[in-house]
Amino acid sequence: MLATNSERLEQIVQHRVSLFVPCFVDQLVPEVAVDTVKILRRVGYQVDFPEAQTCCGQPAFNTGYWDDARPCAEMFLRVFKHADVVVCPSGSCTTMVRSFYPELLSSSPLRADAIALGRRTFELSEFLVKLAGVTDVGATFPHTVTYHASCHGLRELQLRDQPLQLLRKVNGLTLIEMSRFDECCGFGGTFAAKFESISVAMGDSKAETVAATGAEFVTAIDSSCLLHLQGILGKRNAPARTIHLASILAQEKT
Amino acid sequence: MSATAAQRFLQDAAVKSADLVHREIILHGLESYDAAVLRGRARFKDWEAARRRCQEIKWEAVNHLDRYLLQFEERVIAHGGHVFWAANGEEACNYIKNLASRQGVRTVVKSKSMVTEEIHLSPALEKAGIKVWETDLGEFIVQLRNEPPYHIVTPAMHLNRGQISELFREKLGEDIHGDDPTELVAAARRKLRRAFFAAEMGISGANFLVADSGLIALSTNEGNGRLCTSVPRIHVAVTGIEKVIPRLEDLAYLWPVLATSGTGQPITTYSTLIGGPRKPGEPDGPDEFHVVLLDNGRSKLLADAEQREVLHCIRCGACLNICPVFRHIGGHSYGTTYQGPIGSVLTPHLRGISDFQHLSYASSLCGACTSVCPVKIDLHHHLLHNRRNAARAGTTKLSERIMFRVWRYIILHPRIYALTGWLARRTLRLLYGLGLAGSIVDPMRVWNRRRSAVPLPSESFRTRWRKGLATN
Repeated sequence: MLATNSERLEQIVQHRVSLFVPCFVDQLVPEVAVDTVKILRRVGYQVDFPEAQTCCGQPAFNTGYWDDARPCAEMFLRVFKHADVVVCPSGSCTTMVRSFYPELLSSSPLRADAIALGRRTFELSEFLVKLAGVTDVGATFPHTVTYHASCHGLRELQLRDQPLQLLRKVNGLTLIEMSRFDECCGFGGTFAAKFESISVAMGDSKAETVAATGAEFVTAIDSSCLLHLQGILGKRNAPARTIHLASILAQEKT
Repeated sequence: MSATAAQRFLQDAAVKSADLVHREIILHGLESYDAAVLRGRARFKDWEAARRRCQEIKWEAVNHLDRYLLQFEERVIAHGGHVFWAANGEEACNYIKNLASRQGVRTVVKSKSMVTEEIHLSPALEKAGIKVWETDLGEFIVQLRNEPPYHIVTPAMHLNRGQISELFREKLGEDIHGDDPTELVAAARRKLRRAFFAAEMGISGANFLVADSGLIALSTNEGNGRLCTSVPRIHVAVTGIEKVIPRLEDLAYLWPVLATSGTGQPITTYSTLIGGPRKPGEPDGPDEFHVVLLDNGRSKLLADAEQREVLHCIRCGACLNICPVFRHIGGHSYGTTYQGPIGSVLTPHLRGISDFQHLSYASSLCGACTSVCPVKIDLHHHLLHNRRNAARAGTTKLSERIMFRVWRYIILHPRIYALTGWLARRTLRLLYGLGLAGSIVDPMRVWNRRRSAVPLPSESFRTRWRKGLATN
């Protein structure tokens, strides 16, 4: 028998969470997930990583191939069926589970499961601030940082302040606001490849607003945006570097 | 073979997105727009509540379109006007052309109307030997340049004063020095005043059709709309069937919300209600008043319960202005009458999914459009729905369909997924070690060509987890 959702959320008190690592984080920027584990453990949670997980299905879903995305969603629901709380270092993949699974599975018997799992799946900063009730995770990062609000986190999950609340509590960190911080960086999944020139132009504009802040680092809650932006900054030999929020929060005093 | 709409879009978007002069003009224009809209919204006691109210009004109208349109027609006829139902652009153009020839019309003055752009009315009239004057300043400018409007609200947004001054010197033979806006406007006015008084027919659009009173509501800023609709002896209003609203008092919400979203104004300079031809004893107004109600694919959209709300659109332009894609590729790249997010959602319905599906993909799905839409159309999710419809209709590329089928197989098998990932990273590391990132042999070249290469760690997270990270 599965426990009800509210009973499950109470399990947080037991300090156990399941980690959902987006496929591109797993394959391209694993340190972001390693840092996520570090933070969760530091604030007192046991972390479980169900190894049968692969991808939430978003690439196919966003490109219109819902029939290919659906079995991925169903597999995801099976893999995390027994998870009390799922934490993910990505606003975009959390959005896929919480906002889009119910629509993708609208005529599937798994729809109710999808809605329930969506309610207990959280983006990392959201989990820390709203559920764990922590804003100071004991991090030290003596650098200037500017924050880019990734679209899915901002507009699908309404995550406005949580990442900033966490950043403000980091020792030594100076936060500099960039203009149009909520304008898309131009990543957009397959958009970045299908419409390379538009994507790169949008990235260029973002790189310019980053440069205008003079910050050493630009951070966000999504590695996908940051991979794109790092590619743009790298090509321009710009001094600013990208860093995932988790990698800032994981830094301790050396 | 001529290029398809999709190929033209890719080319034009690539050129425009790299055009830094263009980017600066647009960003400069939109920065002052952004500030004006923020001030405008702040004037509302509760902007979100106003949006919800407008959404409700449009929902009610669109979901009872038949009833409100018939009510509107009945009232217009009672005022002495004529109503013509046009199934498509051709029918609409023919009606107006025939009316013009019956009445001996040789000159037409037009106020701004995107529906007339949609049905290519001006070329149709000009082919019949009728001189057509666009009298909205922006429209006048793009007409002189032989261009379609760049933006549904701001047709000449892409031009600066210097370019307009040069255009007027060349095309109007006006002796203009410098680029003083007052002087430019005066030059256009000198030309247009004569046209207003020569024209036998004035053509306008309509921002709203008020069902309970049989009035059309016009929002304009230059006064040209009032001249077009009252000076010539015939007035024809051409509009889409979705513009109907139930009650006159609904304008108390829609007028200010439209103006605020469109330009940041509390209300447009001229808000006009027109209800028919001149009545005996009235000092001005046309002898004849015609309303052309255009379907042109709209009733098909009405039948689609999932996307019906796209008909809520009041054409304020807010979704274009905030759209980062629009900001970088500009209005002309779309190759459509309606640009930006609303155009990308709507055009496949008006002109076919197979020819215009690319527009639904030309979005990062950032959702900025949805966040500003004054009637709360879920724009970016409709782009997703269009993509799903395209994939379902089988109009997407075969290579892509195969790719996602293979991808699905990999994703559904965790071991194969892990192995594929490992193999891909190994191969790419080898390739990039030889300096081949972004080259023709790089499978990631569309990513790596204009971005520095993606990182390729030797171990995935799952490997690191198994190697010791797992112990709490």
